[in-house]
Amino acid sequence: MLANRESPDGGPETMAVRPGRDQGTAEPLLRLIDISKSFPGVHALRGVSLEIHAGEVHVILGQNGAGKSSLIKVLCGAYLADDGVIEHKGRRIAIQGPADANGIGVGVIFQEFSLAPYLDIAQNIFLGRERAFAKAGIIDKAAMHAAARDVLAQLGLNYDTWTFAADLGVAQQQMVEIAKALSQNSSILVMDEPTAAISERESERLFEVIARLKQRGVAIVYISHRMREVVALGDRITVMRDGAVVASYRRDEVSPDEMVGAMIGRSLAGLKRREALAAGAPVLTVTNLQTAKLTDISLEIRAGEVVGLAGLVGSGRTEVVRAIFGADPLRTGVIRLDGADFAQRPDRSTRAGLALLPEDRKREGLALPLAVGENATAAALWRLFRRGWFAPSVAEKVCRNLITRLNIATPGPAQFVRNLSGGNQQKVVLGKWLAAGSRLFMLDEPTRGVDIGAKTEIYRLIDDLAKDGAAVLVISSELPELIHLCDRAYVMRDYRIVGHLGRNELSEKAILDLAVHQ
Amino acid sequence: MTTMDSPAPVIRRPQQLAPGTVAVVVRLGLIACIAVLLSSLSPTFATTDNLLNILRQASLLFLVASGLTLVIIAGGLDLSIGANLTLCACLSAAAIKATSQPTAGIAVALGCGVLVGLTNGVLINRVKIPPFLATFGMLWVAQGIAYWFMAGQVVYGFSPAFRFFGSGFWLGVPVPIWVMLVTGACGVIFLSRTTIGREVYLMGANEAAAVLSGIPVARRRTLLYMVSGLMAGLAALIYVARLNAAEPGIGEPLLLPAIAAVLVGGTSLFGGSGGLFRTLLGATILTLIVNALNLLNVSATWHPFVTGAIVVLAVLADAAVNRGARR
Repeated sequence: MLANRESPDGGPETMAVRPGRDQGTAEPLLRLIDISKSFPGVHALRGVSLEIHAGEVHVILGQNGAGKSSLIKVLCGAYLADDGVIEHKGRRIAIQGPADANGIGVGVIFQEFSLAPYLDIAQNIFLGRERAFAKAGIIDKAAMHAAARDVLAQLGLNYDTWTFAADLGVAQQQMVEIAKALSQNSSILVMDEPTAAISERESERLFEVIARLKQRGVAIVYISHRMREVVALGDRITVMRDGAVVASYRRDEVSPDEMVGAMIGRSLAGLKRREALAAGAPVLTVTNLQTAKLTDISLEIRAGEVVGLAGLVGSGRTEVVRAIFGADPLRTGVIRLDGADFAQRPDRSTRAGLALLPEDRKREGLALPLAVGENATAAALWRLFRRGWFAPSVAEKVCRNLITRLNIATPGPAQFVRNLSGGNQQKVVLGKWLAAGSRLFMLDEPTRGVDIGAKTEIYRLIDDLAKDGAAVLVISSELPELIHLCDRAYVMRDYRIVGHLGRNELSEKAILDLAVHQ
Repeated sequence: MTTMDSPAPVIRRPQQLAPGTVAVVVRLGLIACIAVLLSSLSPTFATTDNLLNILRQASLLFLVASGLTLVIIAGGLDLSIGANLTLCACLSAAAIKATSQPTAGIAVALGCGVLVGLTNGVLINRVKIPPFLATFGMLWVAQGIAYWFMAGQVVYGFSPAFRFFGSGFWLGVPVPIWVMLVTGACGVIFLSRTTIGREVYLMGANEAAAVLSGIPVARRRTLLYMVSGLMAGLAALIYVARLNAAEPGIGEPLLLPAIAAVLVGGTSLFGGSGGLFRTLLGATILTLIVNALNLLNVSATWHPFVTGAIVVLAVLADAAVNRGARR
């Protein structure tokens, strides 16, 4: 499993921003100039400029949180840009809502499809536009299905248009979405990680369809971080990082290495790496774990270690911790805690000393309608009250201790947890597991949506946990954070562990090389 | 936003009552107002007989609604309680007739109730049917079994020892009221002073978070549906003892009033909040209003209308209080 890699040079590489080299070619179909968008506390887009040309695939590349999704939302009218200019065929326009985006022919294929499951393919393609087939108020089904077959034929597809969307596979649904966009005369088709959920063969099919669309003069904006596709498809490639464009290339000018180089380089200001501690005995050993999605996961975490689980969103990191915790069923594999088997069921795992801080704290971490105190003791009731009798005074004392220890800003245990800021809510979730006396902490994106102050406190807490002899597994999409915290890291791709990086091998480049398809 | 070096949190607000306390106080006030108003309008209202009569009717409603309250706080729903009550009543009546032992009837009623609840739990946990559908199905199944079992007959005429549960008095107070007070007290202690009781609120407020906090949600859910069935069985015994008869039509009309009692009491249908004392108040308010309409000679055809209006008003009022607390 060990990936042999040269020792990287350490510090974040700096990458000169290349000026776009598109001047002199034909007039772009759509030109974005200096688009900015911010939310309270976040600059989602900082002066993004982009040219989209008819008949070309423009790939947008970047890590999670680089600003790709915000860019799509500006394009399709879901976000209104704070600043900047959009030109369509040389004419300045404003995209103020989805109607404006449709007006200039922008169609988006999102990762989550929006087909109505119990309507057939033809009904889905022409949903909301049935009037075009109405004769005296009655829809001419034959004409609608003929039109649907016609659109599909343009993509080289021969589907039975009477099939319900619910009976289609993911790849077929995607094709119907594309056909729907095409039937609306979309001239700019935005695809958000279109191959994320489909097989290799289906991807090939998709690439053929993309080639046909190019021939018809459709401009395609293709979001992906799979290097193989980027190289195979992209006519132009734009790399984003921290909401800004860091480089823009034509395909023949650039190597995959150079693109990965441009993707990295974020830094956490003023953060030194956590000091390594002497690792103790193995706490968790996972051998050949297999679930419906994961294949062949093996890993080990020792007492006093902070181990990273790196990989892009959708690479299977969350699935690994859920399987270990017993939230998802195992197919095969052995999971041992301190060398002993334990039942893979969340209640047993909790009692055995496992802790899971879920990725989405509002949906899975907290009972938002309840108070801080009720949440803070939620995972520890079995431990605090072994006989099953609940004593409010004991619970309150435990909660007050946690509030002090974690520096949670709240008037007291009776405060509703929904009134707390993101960082303080996350501390309540962590506190839940401190109260439960856990020894193995699996933290899935522990600093997502958390302000800088709370972030630093969470880092310090993780360090304290390791010093106390706990084992910590950290999932994070923020590579500088992983490198700061972790003694070593496993890297995942496509629901497998594709490599392991020791303390000296850990760098953004090394992680991305493993995490991105080459 | 938090800052690490600020000495004390700045968001401290003056102490205010929790919305739950507000809900209870408002309902007690409402009951007092109706009582004062009625005693001035009708000379019969404030008599001991009438007051005990109101509480005795409320006690039956409360027993049916109490298990339902637990299930609803945990984020579920039990539509089978009425039909379950019918089935328990018919089977236990037959058992008493066959053995002339009240204890046999008690065992059959409670056992049948728990068994129906267990089936609900299994349907929801194992077969993954949503609570609404699983218990809706059980409603028809239990009702169907009762019809088949009774074959158009009515079982009636029980020994005074058994009828004591429905129409007897202890210390001058009807036995059903004692049953209501004892089960209510047990339920309040269960919810507030046992870990399982606390877990009920957590799973109702966010089931996914409860599972990932190591709470054995599936087992807890089965337990609650079994308790709900047990309460239906207990209510069935008291009902049969009071009517001195059992037939397949007795339980069904209690389902919707029981849901109304839970809602008027202030337990949210969305789960995660509420309580048994509140359901007791809700059952009392509904019975009190019907009693008032009777004393004021309002036609019985208007009772459902008034009940519906009260349910809607109670839900709206709670929503307003909660919005206030959220600010």
